Amino acid sequence: MSTLVDIIVVALVLLGATFVLIGSWGLVRLPSTMERLHGPTKATTLGLGSLLLASVVYFQGRLGIWTAHELLIALFLFITAPISANMIAKVHLHRRRIGAIEEPDGIAGPPPRPAGEGDWATFEAPEKDTQASTANS
Amino acid sequence: MIAIALGIAFGCVALALLFNGWRLLKGPALGDRIVALDTMVINAIALIVLVGMSGGSDTYFEAALLLAMVGFVSTIAYCKFILRGDIVE
Repeated sequence: MSTLVDIIVVALVLLGATFVLIGSWGLVRLPSTMERLHGPTKATTLGLGSLLLASVVYFQGRLGIWTAHELLIALFLFITAPISANMIAKVHLHRRRIGAIEEPDGIAGPPPRPAGEGDWATFEAPEKDTQASTANS
Repeated sequence: MIAIALGIAFGCVALALLFNGWRLLKGPALGDRIVALDTMVINAIALIVLVGMSGGSDTYFEAALLLAMVGFVSTIAYCKFILRGDIVE
C-alpha cells in the first residue's frame, strides 16, 4: 500500500514539474505574444493541478491527513486561468490597434477580423439603450 | 524515493521561475510582462505546495490559496488599468 502511494506521488510530482517547466519554456521560446499565451495558460495550469493532486495523495497516504485545500486551489485556478488569458489577449489586441506594438507576428500571423460587419467585440463601444451600456446616462 | 522526486521538482520549478524572470525583463510587449508575472505567481504556488509536501505540514496551503486569489485579482487589475487608462473607449 505504501509503495503504491509512493509510486503515485512520484509519478504525479514528476509529471507536474515537467509540465510547469514546459509551460515556462514555451513562454521563453515561442515567437509572438499571442502564441506565448499558450504555454503558461495551459501547460503550467495542468502541471500545477498535477502537483496539487500529488499533495492530496501524499497527505492522505503517508500522514493520514485529509486536506481539501488543494482541490479548492485547483478548482480556483482552473476557473481563473482562462479569464486572465482572455484579459491579456484583450490588452494585446488594444495595444496593437493603437500602434504601440511594432513586433512582427509569429507563424500564425495577426488575428483575423471576424466574419461579417464590425470588428472584435472588445473594440466596439457599447451602444446606447442596451442593458450593459455605459453610454446611457 | 519521494524526496528525490521532490528535489527534481524543486529544480524544475526554480528553472521555470528563472525563465519567467527572463521574459519579464526582456518583454518586449506589455502583454508579455503581464503573462510572465501571472506565470510567476502560478510557479510560486507550485513552490509553496512542494515546500508543504517536503515539510510534511499542511499549514502552507492557506498561503497558496491566498496567493492564487491575489495573483488572479492583480492580473485582472493590471489588465483593466491598461485597458481603461491607455485607451479612450
